Amino acid sequence: MKKIEAIIRPHLLEAVHKAVSPYVAGMTVMEVKGFGRQKGHSEIYRGSEYQIDFVPKVQMNIVCKDSDVEQIIEAIEPICKSGKIGDGKIFILPIEDVVRIRTGERGEEAL
Amino acid sequence: MKKIITRSAFILFGLSSLSFAGEATNSGDTAWLLISTALVLFMVPGLAFFYGGMVRSKNILATLMHSLTALGVMTLHWFVLGYSLAFGEGNAFIGDFSQVFLRGMGPETVRGTIPGYLWFAFQATFACITPALIAGAFAERVKFSTYIIFILLWGTFVYDPVCHWVWAEKGWLFTEGAIDFAGGTVVHIISGVAGLVSCLILGKRNGFPNQPMLPHNLAYTVLGAGILWFGWFGFNAGSALTAGASASLAFVNTLVAPGGGLLGWLLAEKIHLGKASTLGAVSGIVAGLVAVTPAAGSVQPGSAIMLGFLTSVVCYFAISLKHKLGYDDSLDAFGIHGVGGAMGALGCGIFASVGFNSLLFTGNPDGTPGLTQFIIQAKSVAVTALYSIIVTSILVWVLDKTLGFRVATEEESRGLDISLHGENAYNS
Repeated sequence: MKKIEAIIRPHLLEAVHKAVSPYVAGMTVMEVKGFGRQKGHSEIYRGSEYQIDFVPKVQMNIVCKDSDVEQIIEAIEPICKSGKIGDGKIFILPIEDVVRIRTGERGEEAL
Repeated sequence: MKKIITRSAFILFGLSSLSFAGEATNSGDTAWLLISTALVLFMVPGLAFFYGGMVRSKNILATLMHSLTALGVMTLHWFVLGYSLAFGEGNAFIGDFSQVFLRGMGPETVRGTIPGYLWFAFQATFACITPALIAGAFAERVKFSTYIIFILLWGTFVYDPVCHWVWAEKGWLFTEGAIDFAGGTVVHIISGVAGLVSCLILGKRNGFPNQPMLPHNLAYTVLGAGILWFGWFGFNAGSALTAGASASLAFVNTLVAPGGGLLGWLLAEKIHLGKASTLGAVSGIVAGLVAVTPAAGSVQPGSAIMLGFLTSVVCYFAISLKHKLGYDDSLDAFGIHGVGGAMGALGCGIFASVGFNSLLFTGNPDGTPGLTQFIIQAKSVAVTALYSIIVTSILVWVLDKTLGFRVATEEESRGLDISLHGENAYNS
């Protein structure tokens, strides 16, 4: 099993959700802040520019079978790709085990 | 002077009639002043939201409390002492103790064409909002208990005397003929400069200016500005103290000057930084309102628009001073109220055309346009500002050394809402 952590532009959440839904049974979504090559942006209040170092993003956490990883990435990538800095990143991590609390199922059964 | 009815002129005739119990009140004037008093009172919660939206979410309740407690504390102060110090007969510089606890006032007391009680109440609302304006300068870092003591002392030693100078019959600026229709000097200048010196003495918020401290809810600020504008009709048009032509002129000026202010600010922003912002729009409205306050009854609407526009542009650039000079006037109490109030008071000397002669107009058939009024206005600005700077500095410095004015660093970083008041505005 793998965990896919996709950091994306917040306004693309709905589109990505639709695109990946055939391959996933569930996901956790978080509003996060951070910076990469995009660094921050500036905001203007009463004539003064303020540098905002951390840019708001959405992080989608999806745990899936090894065999679904590529399809999910292929669903996310084209939607989020604008070619400009700030498009985000996708991290793929190994998952050791999963427990469905309601039934006590383990492993892929619990996804 | 006698051909027009201004707050000042009214006092001239009104005070002498104080002792004539049973003199007729005018029901139209009384009705308008009753409404105006409630309108001005409504400005205080309006100010609370105007300021509250501009602070970080951890400090909104503490900021609202600055305005709210001014309502409670200053009305009591006005009843116990303030009214007597400001409007007791006294001398050129201060009233007396003859009317403490409203001694001598009853249902039969008449001032001009309105009941004495109403005059007291209308004036009380001005005494409430003025110290609350200062709080914008040291928002997000002061102790609540010390703040309450500060506004009581500031009311006693700054507001009450200046109010006496400008609006009481024997007040020295009143007898010199300074124009201050609704409180350019008495309200905005003295509170604005008080804000400046307090934030200089108390120091910056922790992290300023490296860490951005952004407004947490500008929608509240827009709501607050709307309430302020609405209430300002009572503030300015009520200051005519009659429901007639003078009130109507002040009303129209209060309608159009903020329009000039809004436009001025948005243009300055657009040209300077490329975007016209919501915070800019409401700041321009308030700058226009501040500017027209002293001038509302003595300039024509065209001049009021000019005054609002110019003041707004000047305030826009005045605010950027804080980043250049490095002081932390959190919500620009000085940048808008101090600078805007001075612009308005000086503007009277340039634009006044109703009952007064100014640089550009003759409003008094006996005179010619000239510098005389402008010099009087400049003098009233300089003296009231200087007085407030000196006395406020002493008060803030002494309170800081004795009781402590600032919260501890840790309390400041946790947020004043939870540290001082034990609650949060936003719980999920």
